[in-house]
Amino acid sequence: MRRFFLIAVPYAWLLVLFLIPFVIVLKISLSDTALSIPPYTPTLDFSGGWAGLKAFFSALDLENFWFLTSDDLYWKAYLSSVWIAVASTLLALFVGYPIAYGMAQARDEWRPTLMMLVILPFWTSFLIRVYSWMGILSQEGFLNQFLLWTGIISEPLIILNTNTAVYVGIVYTYLPFMILPIYAALEKLDASLLEAAEDLGCSRIQAFWLVTVPLSKNGIIAGCFLVFIPALGEFVIPSLLGGSQTLMIGKVLWEEFFNNRDWPVASAVAVILLMILIIPIILFQRNEQKQREAEQ
Amino acid sequence: MRRFSWFNATSLTLGFAFLYIPMIILILYSFNASKLVTVWAGFSTRWYGELLQNEAFLNAAWVTLKVAVASSTIATVLGTMAAYVMVRAGRFSGRTLFSGMIYAPLVMPEVITGLSLLLLFIGIGLDRGIVTIILAHTTFSMCYVSVVVSSRLVSFDRSLEEAALDLGCSPFEAFRLVTLPIIAPAVISGWLLAFTLSLDDLVIASFTSGPSATTLPIKIFSAVRLGVSPEINALSTIMIAIVTVAVITASFVSKRASVRQQAEEKAAVRATG
Repeated sequence: MRRFFLIAVPYAWLLVLFLIPFVIVLKISLSDTALSIPPYTPTLDFSGGWAGLKAFFSALDLENFWFLTSDDLYWKAYLSSVWIAVASTLLALFVGYPIAYGMAQARDEWRPTLMMLVILPFWTSFLIRVYSWMGILSQEGFLNQFLLWTGIISEPLIILNTNTAVYVGIVYTYLPFMILPIYAALEKLDASLLEAAEDLGCSRIQAFWLVTVPLSKNGIIAGCFLVFIPALGEFVIPSLLGGSQTLMIGKVLWEEFFNNRDWPVASAVAVILLMILIIPIILFQRNEQKQREAEQ
Repeated sequence: MRRFSWFNATSLTLGFAFLYIPMIILILYSFNASKLVTVWAGFSTRWYGELLQNEAFLNAAWVTLKVAVASSTIATVLGTMAAYVMVRAGRFSGRTLFSGMIYAPLVMPEVITGLSLLLLFIGIGLDRGIVTIILAHTTFSMCYVSVVVSSRLVSFDRSLEEAALDLGCSPFEAFRLVTLPIIAPAVISGWLLAFTLSLDDLVIASFTSGPSATTLPIKIFSAVRLGVSPEINALSTIMIAIVTVAVITASFVSKRASVRQQAEEKAAVRATG
């Protein structure tokens, strides 16, 4: 009895507030837009009995999905989201790996402090961290002031409200997710392997590519997924740092819902975004599982 | 035996500069006297004063705090239950679905979670306001709590629980007297995580809030959309200060607690063995 209660409460909560909402999104994505409240049709009405239910299901169709393929705004937004997410994941790897490497090489008494310094930004408000770049990247912002002062440029650069600013924002906010798994992998690395490689005639750079990188592969993969997955559906960063030409699907969904009030299309956008996300999520889980099995 | 390396020192310095300079600039310029946010015009605490006069921000802060306390507390209870079920309850029908529902919200884009919850609330005719935000925040943060707590549950010695049961404790007493004190640090960090996630959330709150309840992130977002403002800099500085103090304190406390606890656990195992 007690066991039943223990399982039932969180189970029921998640069913009602996670799974059912999802089924509703799926259902509305198959409905038609209508000028009514709620703004879609058909609505499920149990008073119609079996015939009503049948009429309800026969009124559902894939029209919204056809609409998404016919209007090039949507597939361009999906493609550009994937591209932005991939590019900023690679940038984050490029920036994060040397930091993780430096942390793993640091003296033991320094490591807890360095860890703390990586984790601290993660606890700080995401919104504030994105916002902090607005003052840096704007036309009269600190970066331009600095570059003009050094004489590297003579005209202020336009960075804010471009895709470049979006890359900077994603790399900045998700960097801890890249650093931590790579650090965890590098920390476990046995230094004698590197010595062996050097004894066998590798240069330090060769030893790095032939020993360190392959052995930190799992950390690299985990870090990349941890950056890529949230970046793909990102809304805050493109809407604060990106410009009007920055197309990201999270922003499109938001605008479809709040500005155009087109619930069925917004739901269809959500369903397809999820279908795209399922691939990296499954790959990520497989990687984690392999790692766990390897550790056992 | 580690050698000092210029490469490592440089990459760490540049990396941490990248992570911290934006926030340091934000904090410095919150004390700027000028309304022009990128021109320094002397030290002033004027923006903090104006912030404290701003009713709308204070109200939003109060709503945010209420939502965060309520949702993180419910999420901690539910998340701990869920973790216990995942680690200890063994097989039951629908276990795969259950674990899927625990992990899925962690990777679900916020826009989708927000949209789906909003459609549910409209579907069942629940008026949007503080209650719906609490429900929404509880749902995603309980999953984070359960991940944190279950990693602790997996690592602790189960024989201690069994010993309590052998000595005549009821399962509930065994949980309260043995399990709970041991997993307490994880439960507390789960609560803290849920609390900050709730404080921080813009997207899900925007979907699930109504005109009667505006949270601080929603307020900040609509203000900064128009550009950088010194008042927001002041507000950000206050929030960064609170988080920094809280995280540093929490890490000291939990470190001491975990050291003590591991020692106790070892002693207990030695005594029973």
